[in-house]
Amino acid sequence: MRFSRTSKALGLVAIAAMTLTGCGGGGSNTAGGSTGGDTSKVIIADGSEPQRPLMPADTNEVGGGKVIDMMFSGLVSYDPNGKPVNELAESIEGKDGQHFTIKIKKDQKFTNGEAITAKTFVDSWNFGAAAKNAQLSGGFFESIKGYDEASKEGSTVETMSGLKVVDDQTFTVELSQPESDWPLRLGYTAFVPVPSGALKDPKGFGEKPVGNGPYKMADGGWQHNVQIQLVPNPDYNGPRKAKNAGVTFKIYQNDDAAYQDLLSNNLDILQTIPTSALKNYKSDLGDRTINKPYAGNQTIAIPEYLPEWSGEAGKLRRQAISMAINRDEITKVIFNGARQPAKDFTAPVLDGYSDSIPGSDNLKFDATKAKDAWAKADAIQKWDADKTFTIAYNADKGGHKAWVEAVVNQLKNTLGIKVEGKPYATFKEARNDATAKTLTGAIRAGWQADYPSLYNFLGPIYKTGAGSNDAKYANPTFDKAISDGLNASTVADGNKAMNKAQEILLTDLPAIPLWYQVAQGGWSDKVTNVDYGWDGVPLYYNISGK
Amino acid sequence: MATYILKRFLQLIPVFLGATLLVYFLVFSLPGDPIVALFGDKPVNEAVAAKLRAQYHLDQPFWIQYLLYLKSIFTFDLGQDFSGRPIAAVLGEVFPVTARLAIMALIFEAVFGIIFGLIAGLRKGKLFDATVLVASLIVIGIPIFVLGFLLQFTIGVQLGWAKPTVSSAATVQDLILPAIVLGLGSFAYVLRLTRTSVIENMNADYVRTATAKGLSRFRVVRVHILRNSLIPVITFLGADLGSLMGGAIVTEGIFNVPGVGNRLYRAVLSGEGPTVVSIVTVLVLIYCLSNLLVDLLYAWLDPRIRYDS
Amino acid sequence: MPAPRHIEHFVADFSETPLQATDKVKEDQAPLSLWAEAWRNLRKQPLFLISAFLILVVVAVSLFPGLFSGIDPTSEACQLANSDGGPTGGHPLGFTQQGCDVYARVIYGTRSSVTVGLFTTIGVLVIGGIMGALAGYYGGWVDAVLARINDIFFALPLILGAIVVMQLPMFRSNRTAWTLVLILMAFGWPQIARITRGAVIEVRNADFVTAARSLGVSKFGALMRHVMPNSLAPIIVVATISLGTFIVAESTLSFLGIGLPPSVMSWGNDIQAAQASLRSNPMPLLYPAIALSITVLSFIMLGDALRDALDPKARKR
Repeated sequence: MRFSRTSKALGLVAIAAMTLTGCGGGGSNTAGGSTGGDTSKVIIADGSEPQRPLMPADTNEVGGGKVIDMMFSGLVSYDPNGKPVNELAESIEGKDGQHFTIKIKKDQKFTNGEAITAKTFVDSWNFGAAAKNAQLSGGFFESIKGYDEASKEGSTVETMSGLKVVDDQTFTVELSQPESDWPLRLGYTAFVPVPSGALKDPKGFGEKPVGNGPYKMADGGWQHNVQIQLVPNPDYNGPRKAKNAGVTFKIYQNDDAAYQDLLSNNLDILQTIPTSALKNYKSDLGDRTINKPYAGNQTIAIPEYLPEWSGEAGKLRRQAISMAINRDEITKVIFNGARQPAKDFTAPVLDGYSDSIPGSDNLKFDATKAKDAWAKADAIQKWDADKTFTIAYNADKGGHKAWVEAVVNQLKNTLGIKVEGKPYATFKEARNDATAKTLTGAIRAGWQADYPSLYNFLGPIYKTGAGSNDAKYANPTFDKAISDGLNASTVADGNKAMNKAQEILLTDLPAIPLWYQVAQGGWSDKVTNVDYGWDGVPLYYNISGK
Repeated sequence: MATYILKRFLQLIPVFLGATLLVYFLVFSLPGDPIVALFGDKPVNEAVAAKLRAQYHLDQPFWIQYLLYLKSIFTFDLGQDFSGRPIAAVLGEVFPVTARLAIMALIFEAVFGIIFGLIAGLRKGKLFDATVLVASLIVIGIPIFVLGFLLQFTIGVQLGWAKPTVSSAATVQDLILPAIVLGLGSFAYVLRLTRTSVIENMNADYVRTATAKGLSRFRVVRVHILRNSLIPVITFLGADLGSLMGGAIVTEGIFNVPGVGNRLYRAVLSGEGPTVVSIVTVLVLIYCLSNLLVDLLYAWLDPRIRYDS
Repeated sequence: MPAPRHIEHFVADFSETPLQATDKVKEDQAPLSLWAEAWRNLRKQPLFLISAFLILVVVAVSLFPGLFSGIDPTSEACQLANSDGGPTGGHPLGFTQQGCDVYARVIYGTRSSVTVGLFTTIGVLVIGGIMGALAGYYGGWVDAVLARINDIFFALPLILGAIVVMQLPMFRSNRTAWTLVLILMAFGWPQIARITRGAVIEVRNADFVTAARSLGVSKFGALMRHVMPNSLAPIIVVATISLGTFIVAESTLSFLGIGLPPSVMSWGNDIQAAQASLRSNPMPLLYPAIALSITVLSFIMLGDALRDALDPKARKR
């Protein structure tokens, strides 16, 4: 899945060390929670209808993810800066990057009174991984030994051999091979514990989930397509203690409607300002806005299986395209500052990020160099003047049309070739062509981090045969560099190695990085203490009334 | 007349079969694999995908899928949508909301369209006629997603006369603004149809006779002109009820109405066959019934119209 | 009415009734055919002359956009530096968010929009008109079959059909205004069919039809010569307004993500693109909307004139 099975990671745990020291190092960076505020206020926030029942391992999209994240608490959670903070974990220890011993805190309970023990975790993870349960996020368990047997099509194996309960508070995990950043992933929603009732009747549970997080669902709280009501869980004592009297996610079909509600104080916090309001929101909302980069980016992938884009000529052409795009202008004019021009393949909020990796000049606008590179490519393999270079995007959501159009015009102006935007009616149609290798041109691609690590932006997308490798990029040197990163002995070394791997990407450009995502949100004048997390989601638990 | 109505009800059967077949086929032909889409841009877990495909019969050929769907209808179990909810429950949630919205929009366009159209027709070529022509041009020339947004922003946000989006209960009061926006598009049709019909009937023999008999102008207008002008308007309104029920995707999106259009749009985009077909089937029934009602109204409005022959 | 009505005279003054004008018949002339007479009436109507002129201009713009705009937006790409700029020399209407010249785009967008509006309308008139007329006139099983097919098509969601048609292999990488004509036609004809059916049902039992039939006119002949001309009014009204609705529908489909690709210039596409900056710069939205409204206006006026000329009841002799 997102961690390639071909990885040959060996050596000491690099990033895991960070996990262990991360404990207690959290705390909000701005609000701090000490400024007070009215904790009896129920916060109305925008949400979207979950596409699956609310089972943690079956939820992989934003609408359900937000709710699961607040209702459940796993071994660790991430603080606003993306550092892992222990929640249920007492300690996570591992020396070789392959064997881990996990101790959990005593006396932990779900809101229905059921105790959370080591067995709860093991059962929950086994359930998520087993093919017979068909959980969408099952792939998150793939590093664990025995996953392959349990997740095979038609498999009747329901447990992974790598998970062993030692006692009530302890269990051990064996991975099928060393993967140093594995403990970092444990804050993802798929890894939370679920009560035994959920395993017996996942569908019924998904309607009325019972968790152990800072919030629980109100009685009849999920009114489908209308709202999801959460109330604080009084027994929760972790780092994300609720500072309000509940959060109600009002379900919106689009951000524009939500924005109008925000303006008339019917909504307390809007996660993303819609593109139609980017020019006005600052005057509409005054200082009740936030502009904070988060771990996500936007690229356009150009598949190497297209003849014009393969080999040396293809590489030169991709460099030409990249240098012909004026990222500063588009982020300023089209997005009004809601994006930051990309300087690498990851995101600036991550530990180890660098804006000056050798080769990042290829991401700078330079019309002359772009034309030169295009001419050089033409000398190797002539570009047919009648051919149209297309940039595909899905038009059903995401507001990609405007920026694609701007990129199209810049390419036309700089390179003098025919360029067109190619809208797909639905997201699934676009995914179909991308996975079936039937793309006829470039396709826009974006990545939102699942967990805060440079590797998460590189391995799952650009390694040979990786699941999200839309460009079908295959470069053994890059694969080797990534393995070096997973094998490094210190955090700094690991990050250095990842950025070395990025140097290769910056020359080959299997995808052309465009810009980093910036969370741009706003809130009503009834609430205070608003801050966003590393992943661009508001820290709902921290918001309180004025 | 009773036989005629009975016949019309019997005709519902082939309509039902034809509509479900056609819609199912369209959904089947939608590009892309809905299960792959569930994974988002994350890698697809083939074992999970296969399991889900089997669960929703997506691994079966078209005919089997269709027959399985028919079977599910006749056992009164419409199946489940992707979030595991019974489709029957989904229908029960969305249709009442949209029915309220559509009927309110219909009343709005009928009342204002007919009144304005009548006056414009009686004063053909005068200032009022010209004014409503310009007004209807605005309604025709600016798409609903712009008009709706403008009304929502001015009336809902700046003036604060109405909530910009509907509340969870979607009450009649909440729906006034969306209903006006929804009705605006058809308002132009009703207005022009009434106007034209009125102008035409003003010259009809029976109106001349009535005027010649010395009836008051009001009575001539109400009984002779208006009543006889209503047939094309009623035809239009009858057909429009159907489109308002199903075609409110944009308006429902703008005002965040949890209704049919919204759910249908989402189901189409994600390729949830049974959900789409179930919604459309109910819509077909509504069309057929409203069409029957319109046909019966013809006979009431104009005694010369007969169906038994 | 409780009190008995007091009637002063049984017959109104001749001067107070419209009888005076309509009953005037030139007895020394041979009657002209329906169409010839309609044409003779049309020529004299200022309404017709104005609308015909406007339509000619719109058609000329769509056929030869180059004559009306010095800038060819099909070959000159837009400069983001001009984004949302106001009117300047050579750019009378300012710029869009993408920095495109609004005037040039409105001129060059005419062709697609008029194609969509005009040809879809013609298409639905032909299909819907025939289906509706036959169903309404013959009634019985013909009506049962045709009207029920109508119901089925009416229920198909346009958005579903549009997505399916758009991805057909022949349109996949080549979507033009004609693709939209096809889609809107396939899903737009039931409305005209219903209106026609209703209008025909209203007229088919009229005295003059019975009279014509008893004079030996064939059933089909009566439909063509007597029923249809008397049923045209509502059909013309709905068709002329629909012309505008079809042009706007293209915009709405773009809004929902299934319209024409951005490379095809059209008013609908421009209106949709301008919606994002509606509050900060409404002008790029206004101009294509005005162009659209003028086009619709000219067709509505033409429809009115045509109806007046064709309607036997309103005909002056």
